[in-house]
Amino acid sequence: MTSANAEMFQASGLNKRNERVQNSYRILFGLMTLMLITPVLLILGTLVAKGGGVISWEFLFTAPTDGMRTGGVLPALLGTIWLVMVALLLSVPIGVCAAIYLSEYAGDNWFTRTINLAIINLAGVPSIVHALFGLGAFVIFFGFGTSILAASLTLAVMTMPVVIVATRESLQAVPQAFREACWNMGATRWQTIRRVVLPNAITGILTGVILEVSRTAGETAPIMFTGAVFFTPFLPESVLDQTMALSLHLFVAATQVPGIAEEVPFGVALVLIALVLTMNSASIAFRMWLRGKKKW
Amino acid sequence: MANSNTAPGVSVTAGGAAAFDRRNFDWYVDKAVQAIVFLCGISAIIFVLGIFVFVTKEGVGFIFEHMNVREFFLTPYWFPSDADDPEFGILALMAGTASVTGLAMLVAIPFSLGAAIYIAEFASGKTRETLKVLVELLAAIPSVVWGFIGLVIMNPLIIKWFDVPVGLCVLNAGIILGLMAAPIMTSIAEDALKAVPDRYREAAEAMGATRWQVTYKVVLPAAKNGLLGGVLLGVGRGFGETMAVLMATGHAVNIPDSIFDSVRALTATIAAELGETVVGGEHYQALFTIGILLFLVTFIVNLSADLIVRGIRKG
Repeated sequence: MTSANAEMFQASGLNKRNERVQNSYRILFGLMTLMLITPVLLILGTLVAKGGGVISWEFLFTAPTDGMRTGGVLPALLGTIWLVMVALLLSVPIGVCAAIYLSEYAGDNWFTRTINLAIINLAGVPSIVHALFGLGAFVIFFGFGTSILAASLTLAVMTMPVVIVATRESLQAVPQAFREACWNMGATRWQTIRRVVLPNAITGILTGVILEVSRTAGETAPIMFTGAVFFTPFLPESVLDQTMALSLHLFVAATQVPGIAEEVPFGVALVLIALVLTMNSASIAFRMWLRGKKKW
Repeated sequence: MANSNTAPGVSVTAGGAAAFDRRNFDWYVDKAVQAIVFLCGISAIIFVLGIFVFVTKEGVGFIFEHMNVREFFLTPYWFPSDADDPEFGILALMAGTASVTGLAMLVAIPFSLGAAIYIAEFASGKTRETLKVLVELLAAIPSVVWGFIGLVIMNPLIIKWFDVPVGLCVLNAGIILGLMAAPIMTSIAEDALKAVPDRYREAAEAMGATRWQVTYKVVLPAAKNGLLGGVLLGVGRGFGETMAVLMATGHAVNIPDSIFDSVRALTATIAAELGETVVGGEHYQALFTIGILLFLVTFIVNLSADLIVRGIRKG
């Protein structure tokens, strides 16, 4: 190596400055990312520290007592499960079919764009407006009264975009060649979808469904006036009953119950967030596992 | 298949066009499914229209019978349950929503854009995956939990640090809302950055640009519209947020002078008061009128975000 060659590969002053600028921006943005994430982790830590003490089987499986100042969260937990299940029964079939339409049938035209815009809007309309809609439509107009049915319908309309978007993505991830091969065998569109497209996309759809469970369980505003109540001594027995719900119970315990022990609302918050984050992590883990085992 | 190669429903003997009559059972099933799937496909449109129709139906009485447009939008006096002379002025409520959303965006926009750039352009491999998962989990925290955090964690902190009597204020709700909106904006912004083709980056790197120069001169201009769309969606989210602002703002009808003033938001007003109203009454209808306003504003925000994002796809 002559010295001339070595000099050729030496970084010039300009290179070094560029390098320095790049590194400072890397650090700046890295710090911003950390600052976004750290406070939330701290907050979650606080919730666990303050609420962890009250969590017990008894807390999960007994009803509130003494005007909700003591006791557990059983009716609220059961109520949330009811609300989520009924909402899923309604939103998953419609949402999956809507995604099948968008992915397998719809062309790239103004009509499809209108549907997409409607989906974005459905997800973007404030939750309290969904509550007004649920009250006006399901409680009053259709006469369901304040009931699990009305609240679940409201939740279903609100969270349907989650299912649609996840399903559409997993349908579109199925290679077009699979469909073409099937059509060439003389299969109809529906036969192709049922035998080829759906089996290849089903796990992706499940991911979306789990994600929707987590979204639905956390919503508060849409159920406030449509079916969830502050307190009821009865456990729900049919879809026409009113019910308590975890999310609303947290609001009530935090703001409406004078003299409640400090750790009770922390406990409720912890149960709610554990439920939501567990479902969410399950959905993410499932998605990653899927990506790892994809064959095409 | 030795002696016949006719599929069910295909008649060879009929000849001509009828020979290819495919209307067998599977054909009808296919058509039926297509109709069902189409109905579900347009359900999103039906629901959005339904929301507008039903919210308007309940609120329209107020608009035509009681509403004085000037008073409604331009006075800050919100005394809806006064028996003799109820007043419906939403100026203070709009000021509350605007101040909280504005502060939230001041917090969320720089941090989420910074985080999106770091995740999309600087981080790689395991780090990127971990950060993306964390951001996604942050976005999953329910709003009522955020409100609770504002109420029991931020409130005492603000009182202690800034020596003010009440910690439920614009600052509290703004930070909470900012932290809530940031994950959503981060993931949309990151998608927008990822949508810039890699060959743009490769071309710039081949010219000797550093990672930051590539980002600043090539990726950011190319992703501009997507980033703006993401910011707009974040604004829409902040604007429509209900439980967190209900619990963290202090819920006092007030036009704020400083970030330590308590305010009340449009959304929170509906959530707090609807339970006490008489169905069909003036107060009830006034709350639905606020609902119409919220619907229209978020509709416009979402529509413009969509048009802006579509702008890049076309261009």
